[in-house]
Amino acid sequence: MNVLDYTAVGLGKAIAKGETTAVEAMQAVLAQIEKTEQEYHCYVTIDAEAALARAKAADEAIAAGTLTGPLAGVPVAIKDNLCTKGTLTTCSSKILENFIPTYSSEAVVQLEKAGAVMIGKTNMDEFAMGSTTETSAYGVTKNPRNPEHVPGGSSGGSAAAVAANECFFALGSDTGGSIRQPASYCGVVGMKPTYGTVSRYGLIAYGSSLDQIGPLCKDVTDCATIMEIISSYDKKDSTSIERKDTDFTSALVDDVKGLKIGIPRDYFREGLEPEVKEAVLNAAKQLEAKGAIVEEFDLSLVEYAIPTYYTIAAAEASSNLERFDGVKYGYRAKEFEGLHDMYKKTRSEGFGPEVKRRIMLGSFVLSSGYYDAYYLKALRVKALIKKAFDEAFAKYDIILGPVAPTTAPKLGASLSDPIKMYLSDIYTISLNLAGLPGLSVPVGTDNAGLPIGVQLIGDCFEEKKLIRAGYALEQAQKGQVE
Amino acid sequence: MAKQYETVIGLEVHVELATKTKIFCGCSTAFGGAPNTHTCPVCTGMPGSLPVLNKQVVEYAAAVGLATNCTITQNCKFDRKNYFYPDNAQNYQISQLYLPICRDGHVDITLEDGTVKPIRIHEIHMEEDAGKLVHDDWEDVSLVDYNRSGVPLIEIVSEPDMRSAEEVIAYLDKLRLIVQYLGVSDCKLQEGSMRADVNLSVREVGATEFGTRTETKNLNSFSAISRCIENEIARQIDLLEAGEQVVQETRRWDDNKEYSYAMRSKEDAQDYRYFPDPDLVPIHISDEWLERIRSAQPEFKTEKMARYKEEFGLPEYDINIITDSKKLADLFEATTAICNQPKKVSNWIMGEVMRLLKEKEMDAADISFSPENLAKLIQLVEDGAINNSVAKEVFAKVFDEDIDPDKYIEENGLKQVNDEGALKATVEKVIADNPQSVADYKGGKKQAIGFLVGQTMKAMQGKANPGMVNKLLQELLSE
Amino acid sequence: MANVISDETIEYVGILAKLELSEEEKEAAQNDMARMLDHIDKLSELDTTGIEPMSHVFPVSNVMREDVVTNGDDSENILKNAPEEKDSAFVVPKTVD
Ligand SMILES: [Mg+2]
Ligand SMILES: [Zn+2]
Repeated sequence: MNVLDYTAVGLGKAIAKGETTAVEAMQAVLAQIEKTEQEYHCYVTIDAEAALARAKAADEAIAAGTLTGPLAGVPVAIKDNLCTKGTLTTCSSKILENFIPTYSSEAVVQLEKAGAVMIGKTNMDEFAMGSTTETSAYGVTKNPRNPEHVPGGSSGGSAAAVAANECFFALGSDTGGSIRQPASYCGVVGMKPTYGTVSRYGLIAYGSSLDQIGPLCKDVTDCATIMEIISSYDKKDSTSIERKDTDFTSALVDDVKGLKIGIPRDYFREGLEPEVKEAVLNAAKQLEAKGAIVEEFDLSLVEYAIPTYYTIAAAEASSNLERFDGVKYGYRAKEFEGLHDMYKKTRSEGFGPEVKRRIMLGSFVLSSGYYDAYYLKALRVKALIKKAFDEAFAKYDIILGPVAPTTAPKLGASLSDPIKMYLSDIYTISLNLAGLPGLSVPVGTDNAGLPIGVQLIGDCFEEKKLIRAGYALEQAQKGQVE
Repeated sequence: MAKQYETVIGLEVHVELATKTKIFCGCSTAFGGAPNTHTCPVCTGMPGSLPVLNKQVVEYAAAVGLATNCTITQNCKFDRKNYFYPDNAQNYQISQLYLPICRDGHVDITLEDGTVKPIRIHEIHMEEDAGKLVHDDWEDVSLVDYNRSGVPLIEIVSEPDMRSAEEVIAYLDKLRLIVQYLGVSDCKLQEGSMRADVNLSVREVGATEFGTRTETKNLNSFSAISRCIENEIARQIDLLEAGEQVVQETRRWDDNKEYSYAMRSKEDAQDYRYFPDPDLVPIHISDEWLERIRSAQPEFKTEKMARYKEEFGLPEYDINIITDSKKLADLFEATTAICNQPKKVSNWIMGEVMRLLKEKEMDAADISFSPENLAKLIQLVEDGAINNSVAKEVFAKVFDEDIDPDKYIEENGLKQVNDEGALKATVEKVIADNPQSVADYKGGKKQAIGFLVGQTMKAMQGKANPGMVNKLLQELLSE
Repeated sequence: MANVISDETIEYVGILAKLELSEEEKEAAQNDMARMLDHIDKLSELDTTGIEPMSHVFPVSNVMREDVVTNGDDSENILKNAPEEKDSAFVVPKTVD
């Protein structure tokens, strides 16, 4: 068996049994990167030597018996908005072109403790603002399933790296769908956990009340295993939630009998590609065949999620990104006259157009005279959206729908019309507003061979239900293929 | 007829809290230190860092609120105040706008003529301090030190209830005392641990509407505040008299040049885009928690004054001065507890302690000697081991170096000579050496004995028991 | 478009956000912002009277630390990424306040 064909958990088992080593796995991944990275451009930073040294250290610890977890020795790719001690962390922005953190994000620390070995940092939309990984200051990532198409975003580099076997799994972040949508476009599994489950410490903030870190991986078993490792109560993150139910792998059972699944009619109206619709409804049927109870229902307020989201995310981003000013770290303009000119030149030269667009919008909706009408209004609508989900989850265990209205668009097709790009986030965005967990599982391809994902949405803290349903769906898909 | 004007003043007072760590990170708040040594990713605004609230800050802020008769906002939260400036690492300050921790309080001030006037407090909020900017003398640059960045502050915002510099100073004094008694800050203006911004407007006497106000910043001494107020009143009246308008603006006081100037620039839009900080969760101060803070409140000046009068029978004037400083009151109580001589302790404080503070231009808060050593000294005088003038000399040493008076007297041979035999020999010699004075005394000039006492004390290096010398001289001269 | 963003507004927001847009960027920003605001205006269709603005999705409160010093001198690390440093401090163009 080719080492690259292992899932993360499969590789972990093989290493534990001595069938292969962390170094061998890392070498295989680096060889694959050598072969395909030129075309896909999943990474912004790779330090092969350091990666091999880390793999060697992992092998030694495994041999010594001090490292025993399921992912010990498994190479992992990290999205470039997660701080990594001693390794360049740019958020795919020029403004952080030379930033080397002196600390690691808590999720990375947890992975390292479990023995996963970092390969490098993956490309993303600049500051996670985008849905295609085309806004990166360091070039476009291509979809390994079809390089004429985008991988999705903003965790496009992470999703593509998993799809291209350039890693065994990756971490991404999800503010409005940034894990689930690229997972869907690239045909991999991706999960956004309940807000507060994975510490945000060391994650360079976009929208603080919406951001969550999560896995992009080959299957649901990997997903549950990674989730178990990166979930942690962290006193450094005041919004971190202390949970006792993070034994996610216990939910890896092929049993959905009696599980109540709601399908929101509003998710299947205009704009949804027929092939996507068919694949998603087919997934629902597969679960129904396994004993789940599937029902259509009306989830209200769907069309209000996007304006609510963009108001809140832009407002928070405008404030979160104020710290990038050329004083303490990162890029500083070469020529300027005085302090304020230094700020303006640094930020205007350092940020790309999409980031500037959102900072401008965010500054505007918070400015005097508009705060109540825009920002507070959005926070009120957020409360209504949360309530709509509460009502839905009183009736259903899971809500099932598409991840995105279409499969991966062609490179360059989305950027010309930002509003259209924003609208493509319609199914993913409301989960971030309501703090809900969401799982994206591949359920087939369209005529052009581009992957389609189904989104399983759970109530807060109900990741296990998603993992159960996702696992059952995966088993059903396998049956269909074989 | 010339118009009569009335001044309307409100204050924003920033008080630095005496916590061990900063408001949102575990860095030390110690004053001084090489630049950026008390810093971490949080207080230097590193990407991905997150704030975690220091519980002590909430307790201190609530304690000040209770002591100033405020209503405590039991569900409060933090907001971000966005503005770009290099002393502010995140380019936003975490503060409270929408739900400040305390609201609607008041303190009573007593004016020189004895009138008591309440000054209303609009709100007290918690926030973080900024870093320090040092202007480089050689290059056209400034240097940023984030050691102060994130040090906890409370901002006490008054209503526009003050009408003169005197009222302002009385109000500040009152706040300082409350804060000191609570032990929540040392309130040193020079070190910036208490700072005031003055909001001031003038209007014609009898007018019901307020005039346009200005806000003046950078006031760090009571005298600067007084000068700034007089200056700003005159400036505004001049404008009005000249038929011009007062512009609502922020001004900065230059204490060296004794004038203020407008801080406005095109780049300061003064639109802070406040919104609730998504990185921090709300604070809920339960009834139980509030009760715990309430029951830990100390005895304040008014109660102390009543108790000192009742318990020690000290004069009102002395009590007022002693209780005007938490440090002096503490010193008084601790020393009295040891030597049980309240009147003597009070006399020492009112006399030598106050004199040396003035001479050395020190604040009572800077007193560093121990009550044990003052008590010992009082006991030594009481026992007749030293006389008053030696005691004063020894006290100067206690004050500066906190020396042990017993040891010091022993080591320097300062014990009072009470031995009549030894004294008599010296007195006789003084009589023999000063025939003129003796003649004067015997001729009826009784005050001449003072000179002879002085000569005897001098001969005894000040250690003679002055009472005994006086008695001996009178006896020998009447022979 | 219902919303029109004036040159002054773009100028003003640029001052707040410390962004200096080129003529081309400015025009695009005006256009984008107006369209986004049109979209956001959709929220006004909803009656939200009596609805509390929701900052946090969970009713968690009182996440606090004890007042104990946990950080030592980290100045070396803190200054590692400084674009310009002098005497252990960050260098900025002279501030006149
Ligand atoms: Mg303030
Ligand atoms: Zn700190």
